[in-house]
Amino acid sequence: MNSLIPLLVAAPLAGAALLLLGGRVLDRFGHWLGTLAAALSFAFGLVLFFDMLGRPADDRAVHVKLFSWIPVAGFRADAAFQLDQLSITFVLLITGVGTLIHLYSVGYMAHDERRRRFFGYLNLFLAAMLILVLADNYLLLYVGWEGVGLASYLLIGFWQHKPSAATAAKKAFLVNRVGDVGLSIAIMLMFTQFGDFSFAGVFENAPQASQGKLTAIGLMLLLAACGKSAQVPLQSWLGDAMEGPTPVSALIHAATMVTAGVYLITRSHAVFDLAPDAQTAVVCVGAVTLIFGAVVGCAKDDIKKALAGSTMSQIGYMVLAAGLGPIGYVFAIMHLVTHGFFKAGLFLGAGSVMHGMDDEVNMRHYGGLRKYMPITFVTFALGYLAIIGFPFLSGYFSKDKIIEAAFAKGGTEGWILGLVTLVGAAVTAFYMTRVMLLTFFGQKRWRPTADTSGSAAGEERMPHPHESPASMTVPMILLAFGSVFAGGLFTLNSSFLRWLEPVTGHSEGHSPLPSGVVTGLTIACMLAGVGVSYLMYGRGEVPVVPPIGSPLTRAARRDLLQDDFNHAVLVRPGSALAAALVYFDIKGLDGFVNGLAATIGGVSSRLRRVQNGYVRSYALSMFGGTLVLVATTLLMRSA
Amino acid sequence: MNPVNYLYLAALLFTIGAAGVLVRRNAIVLFMCVELMLNASNLALVTFSRLHGNLDGQILAFFTMVVAAAEVVVGLAIIVSIFRTRHSASVDDSNLMKL
Repeated sequence: MNSLIPLLVAAPLAGAALLLLGGRVLDRFGHWLGTLAAALSFAFGLVLFFDMLGRPADDRAVHVKLFSWIPVAGFRADAAFQLDQLSITFVLLITGVGTLIHLYSVGYMAHDERRRRFFGYLNLFLAAMLILVLADNYLLLYVGWEGVGLASYLLIGFWQHKPSAATAAKKAFLVNRVGDVGLSIAIMLMFTQFGDFSFAGVFENAPQASQGKLTAIGLMLLLAACGKSAQVPLQSWLGDAMEGPTPVSALIHAATMVTAGVYLITRSHAVFDLAPDAQTAVVCVGAVTLIFGAVVGCAKDDIKKALAGSTMSQIGYMVLAAGLGPIGYVFAIMHLVTHGFFKAGLFLGAGSVMHGMDDEVNMRHYGGLRKYMPITFVTFALGYLAIIGFPFLSGYFSKDKIIEAAFAKGGTEGWILGLVTLVGAAVTAFYMTRVMLLTFFGQKRWRPTADTSGSAAGEERMPHPHESPASMTVPMILLAFGSVFAGGLFTLNSSFLRWLEPVTGHSEGHSPLPSGVVTGLTIACMLAGVGVSYLMYGRGEVPVVPPIGSPLTRAARRDLLQDDFNHAVLVRPGSALAAALVYFDIKGLDGFVNGLAATIGGVSSRLRRVQNGYVRSYALSMFGGTLVLVATTLLMRSA
Repeated sequence: MNPVNYLYLAALLFTIGAAGVLVRRNAIVLFMCVELMLNASNLALVTFSRLHGNLDGQILAFFTMVVAAAEVVVGLAIIVSIFRTRHSASVDDSNLMKL
């Protein structure tokens, strides 16, 4: 049975290799090949999952060694996989949602002539992400970490003919690189401290390490998580990443890759549990991002960017929960899984709306679409209810648990975190209701768009919204099922808690408020958010041209000035340094080399005059030379 | 007569030839001066042969004569052909081999 584990990765990897190297022969059925590879991987995952269910809780983790990767003297790094409860949860999420999104892309990318390449990249992403979650040591995890970064770069910039997409891809890659440096430093620290970077080795020896070292490792891991999961201060790339095709936004930038940071922190819980300072930093990052993303989400008119802000905010919830320690790990992962369902569903819904509206993304140009796209409307609405935490849908259970855990942290810290998460819940309800109302309700505010298809290219035409084909609606329906039932299923008998507890550990906190009060407060906040949003956007006309708004709104439209900040603090000094180095290079190094060349050239051009073409002068120099030779010979002999 | 005197004569002839090569412009005269230098060295070779009492120098003189004869044939042909095209036997007019 364990031999299936490498096949999990091998299937999408083979798919990617075939699709990217196979050539045009595969254009006709390549997309089905890619989908098949993803589905195959999902099937293997299911088999392994049921196999694991059949074993007792402490016997569920299995190791498979593939090969000895870097054997040097006494040191060994193996390419080895570890499949435990945490890994298999991710495997099922990645391959399950991945398969659905492959299926969706068949319809969404139907008219793109580079569709085969798109599916190749998607498969590459799946393979890298599976390596990331299956690795049994940090070095192999790093391979997957970089692999998903590459796939994300390729897919954000998939429409590279648009300069905005090409720039967004580069931005995502560069910002991620900052985080990757953090991960590599963390690995080096582990190596110097423990001489090993397998999970087992590091966690076993962690208690013997000094507090400072563990805090440093924890902070570096947090930096890595910030980069990959778009947390403050490395959050600026996620909004621009929406330039990629919508299925990519759904799979990579909502459901799976951006949650890798949460995985990293949860996986390294043994380190974080021993480094309270690093944990505090994690909680702070989560709390700040939670509010930051929510505020950005409120102001954006671009439907995908509003959802991106929401993703950032929800991952903030997860990071916050992961920073709470053993009381939060399980709920972080639970929210991660339910978020994977409803956010992927919301993105696919947004893609379906864009598909019907000629790729219009401005929500102020939507309105009244519920009659034209009934299936999209219903699935989107279910995802919406799930994310705002409507009672008994997925988000309700997972978010409520995180809020309870935040209060249970105890002390002033607990109160602050609890209030932040409650405010976050209210703001989430506000901006998601806004998206919902602007898109599906109210007046039609459609605008003609430039027609880029067919013979009438360049002419303007009104959009004719229509329901998307079955290959797109079926994944949306399935994800909507997940959005509705996953949370309840996980909470029933605390099944998810008991499932993950052997890996992450769990302890019940002591909440200053009874559980019922927290739940009531959460629902009250949610209703308040919905109500305010309805008052603002549900009644009367929504202006097509956005009003100027308050300074906060204007700042939020510009992503709370994150780019301006990065520009002023990092880009400007960076450019100045580069300019100084260029100056030094041109004037200093090049000056020396060029000066040397000019000197030699000048001397030669003067020496050249000696060669004047007169035979007699040549004869004279020969004669003179001979005389010198003879004289020297004679002198040497007599001496 | 002291054989060393022949060496003085050879040195004198060689100097005259070398000076001629350096100062004259007419290609034919230049050529004659080269011949003078060759013959001066022949004289020196024969003298040394006599001084040392063996025939090596004399044999070498024959080689020199053969080479000189060949050189004259080729050299005169070049001079004639240059004279035909440029109507001048001055070596200073053939100064194109320069930068």
